[in-house]
Amino acid sequence: MSQVRELLMILIGSSLVSNVVLSQFLGLCPFLGVSKKVKTAGGMGVAVIFVITLASAVAGAIYQYILVPLGIEYLQTIVFILVIAALVQFVEMFLKKAMPSLYQALGVYLPLITTNCAVLGVALGNVQKEYGILTGTVNGFATAVGFTIAIVILAGLREKMEHNDIPESFQGMPTVLLTAGLMAIAFCGFSGLL
Amino acid sequence: MSNLTEKRADTPWERLTNGIIRENPTFVLMLGMCPTLAVTTSAINGLGMGLATTAVLMMSNLIISLLRKVIPSRVRIPAFIVIIATFVTVVQLLLEAYLPALNDALGMYISLIVVNCIILGRAESYAYSHPPIPSYFDGLGMGLGFSLALTCIGAVRELLGAGKLFGQAVLPASYTPISIFILAPGAFFVLAALSALQNFIKLRAAKAGKPKRELPAGCAHDCAGCGIAGCSTRFYDASAKSGRTGSRGTESGRTESVGAKSGRTGKDRAVSAILSDEKEKKGQETVKNGTDKGSAGEPAALSQGKEEA
Repeated sequence: MSQVRELLMILIGSSLVSNVVLSQFLGLCPFLGVSKKVKTAGGMGVAVIFVITLASAVAGAIYQYILVPLGIEYLQTIVFILVIAALVQFVEMFLKKAMPSLYQALGVYLPLITTNCAVLGVALGNVQKEYGILTGTVNGFATAVGFTIAIVILAGLREKMEHNDIPESFQGMPTVLLTAGLMAIAFCGFSGLL
Repeated sequence: MSNLTEKRADTPWERLTNGIIRENPTFVLMLGMCPTLAVTTSAINGLGMGLATTAVLMMSNLIISLLRKVIPSRVRIPAFIVIIATFVTVVQLLLEAYLPALNDALGMYISLIVVNCIILGRAESYAYSHPPIPSYFDGLGMGLGFSLALTCIGAVRELLGAGKLFGQAVLPASYTPISIFILAPGAFFVLAALSALQNFIKLRAAKAGKPKRELPAGCAHDCAGCGIAGCSTRFYDASAKSGRTGSRGTESGRTESVGAKSGRTGKDRAVSAILSDEKEKKGQETVKNGTDKGSAGEPAALSQGKEEA
């Protein structure tokens, strides 16, 4: 029971309280870049959930069963980034062959995810917080859900603001950043949850 | 490489000023936004992060430039990543040993220097095609420009959010710190003001009839698309490569001009270019499916991609 409770805490904590984009600033590039339309933002979100969950499970297993027994924990950065890059390639090839319909939906976003610092950030964060494989995977999933929530909300706001009369200098990126800032304030409200 | 870059002499001094002023990675190219926002809660943290990145950038540029004839172009990105990650690990271990306070303040973001697109971008767009000495100074210049930007943003946030500068109280005690500026939302607000200022300067220059020349982006396709992401498919999938890179020249050229008109920033353009590339790739894949065809068209596609960059 206590473990279920712990997992639930991680789920809420990582997705809402310490939101990956709005309070940790990881994965900002896709957050700002692919948030024009709710539909594409949703697609990106699903792809991120898929990749981060898988990557944190694989990275956690590699850390626990290969790096720790060999005493080479300091190689974690180099190993994780290579594992993630290879994993994304593998997932892409696998989906192309096995599930073409899912590949059609996610394929566009997969290559964009490799450099998403959130993936590496979650893998390293799991090690830093000394999560096991299960808790690490749940943390990865929750973080990715948090990313999806944030990007879909931002995309919705941007769709609404598309035809607003904005001062010339503030058009484009400045407005998006201001919106993100206001969202970050709103997400600060979740800090009372835990 | 654009012609503009080729025309200038690649002297060490020119490379230094280029990185600090003309192509400042943060203010002009808008690259590496994640560390820019995350660690700039104080000027000293910004400076520390900037200098750590500079060290990695200098060394990786030097080594990649020295090895540029040895690394085959098909596996260059994984090779770059391994080199970069090695130096990041070195810097991380050095910080842990000699500057534990800074190491604690920066935390995970030191390791995340690996995915900072400035570094991979410079490796791809400069070091891989230029001799070691200019590459080394290119890395130094870019790193110092990044450090300068991070220190400035950190100083603004620290001054407004805590009334301090480099840890010293500079504002009178009667000043009530606006603590939101050292929290997460403040980072977004400061950067928004900054990019609005940049837009303002660009617009004013355009109105005065002196449009600033389009700067070649550090990595051709910005964060979301640069490095492993944009290039990985090109690498491992030869058939996709010829379809995508070939189309990239015209495709992103078109979006770029549209983007410039409507005043969008580089990031939007880069991502939309990639997305439209992907769409095109799907269409072209049915036509160009033979692997041999793909690899035959590869050098041409590659050079086209480079010219465009």
